[in-house]
Amino acid sequence: MSKIKVYSTPTCPWCYTLKDFLKEKNIKFEDIDVSKNQKKLEEMIMKSGQMGVPQIEINGKIIVGFDKAAIEKELENV
Amino acid sequence: MYDLTIIGAGPAGITAAVYAARKKLKTLVITKNIGGWAATSGEIGNYPSYQFITGPELAKKFEEHLKSFDLDLREGEEVISIEKLNNIFKVKTKKDEYKSKAVIIASGRIPRKLNIPGEEEFKNRGITYCATCDAPLFAGKNVAVIGGGNAALDAAIQLIKIAKKVYLININNTFQGEEIRLEKVQNSDRVEILNSTETKEIIGNVFVKKIKIFKDSEEKILDAEGVFIEIGSTPSLIPVKAKEGELELNKNKEIVVNEHCETNIKGLFAAGDVTTIPYKQIIVAAGHGCIACLSAFEYLSKLKEG
Repeated sequence: MSKIKVYSTPTCPWCYTLKDFLKEKNIKFEDIDVSKNQKKLEEMIMKSGQMGVPQIEINGKIIVGFDKAAIEKELENV
Repeated sequence: MYDLTIIGAGPAGITAAVYAARKKLKTLVITKNIGGWAATSGEIGNYPSYQFITGPELAKKFEEHLKSFDLDLREGEEVISIEKLNNIFKVKTKKDEYKSKAVIIASGRIPRKLNIPGEEEFKNRGITYCATCDAPLFAGKNVAVIGGGNAALDAAIQLIKIAKKVYLININNTFQGEEIRLEKVQNSDRVEILNSTETKEIIGNVFVKKIKIFKDSEEKILDAEGVFIEIGSTPSLIPVKAKEGELELNKNKEIVVNEHCETNIKGLFAAGDVTTIPYKQIIVAAGHGCIACLSAFEYLSKLKEG
């Protein structure tokens, strides 16, 4: 199983919603604060082509924003 | 066939749904997300029973309350049209179609757009409508904030600490935002305030690089890799077809409702920030959702009696 990554900032409401959603489902993930890590920020932008948080990486696929339906669908394949 | 379809699950829609469930109406809630705009609030200190709660936390509480009832919830679905024929409403989404005897529109508001070239193309590629979320992504860069109200000033204040330079572009010659916020912005040597300035175009290749502005009857190009658009909100409307004619809106495109949350179309109610109700507040929207539901309940009772 590949790792689930969440790219977030500490001030973003939807980032908290997304992380709470994963915690409730007991899904382990790596929380990356891109406000503190320029390299990871660039990695996120390079992978998705998008400058906006939150972003979640599941199975190598990136979903931008808290798109619950898309995230649930992708989690089924984990 | 549903008794009631509620569109939106912000404070208005959720309160309507709670009342509908307790009235044992066969209820469907269709919503893009739970919590609506309220879920994006940083701090909420004026919602009784919570001295302090954040937007996401309040949205979570709303969600728990909503899901404690037996009702149909379609989350992540967007309504694209409503059609009324022989007292039955057909509510169409991008995925499906639902029939209902009454409908409450509680779809809230969405950020207003500039409607200029480049805005669609560069969304999430330098353009953002959530300064609190995305400001940290623009550390050390030149950015532009567009707007003249408190939201624009707040975005600029946040960016002072992060960005290299902040252009604050205001279409009017004065700011509508609070003086205390404006002072903070004026006192920063990182901020350049451009009043009476129109934003004409957002330019880039993959990401935003520059913006074109119009000031003192000439066009100018500014270097900016981030563009924060904070020009207020606009009602989130859904096209409605009914024999009564067009859904009545005011000049701000808000749905006109009376004190019972009735629109000009019978059986179609509206509540919260999408309507003409004064003061777009969480507590007001919640109360308004209650009125809409009780009015819909009365309408359905009369429908049954014939």
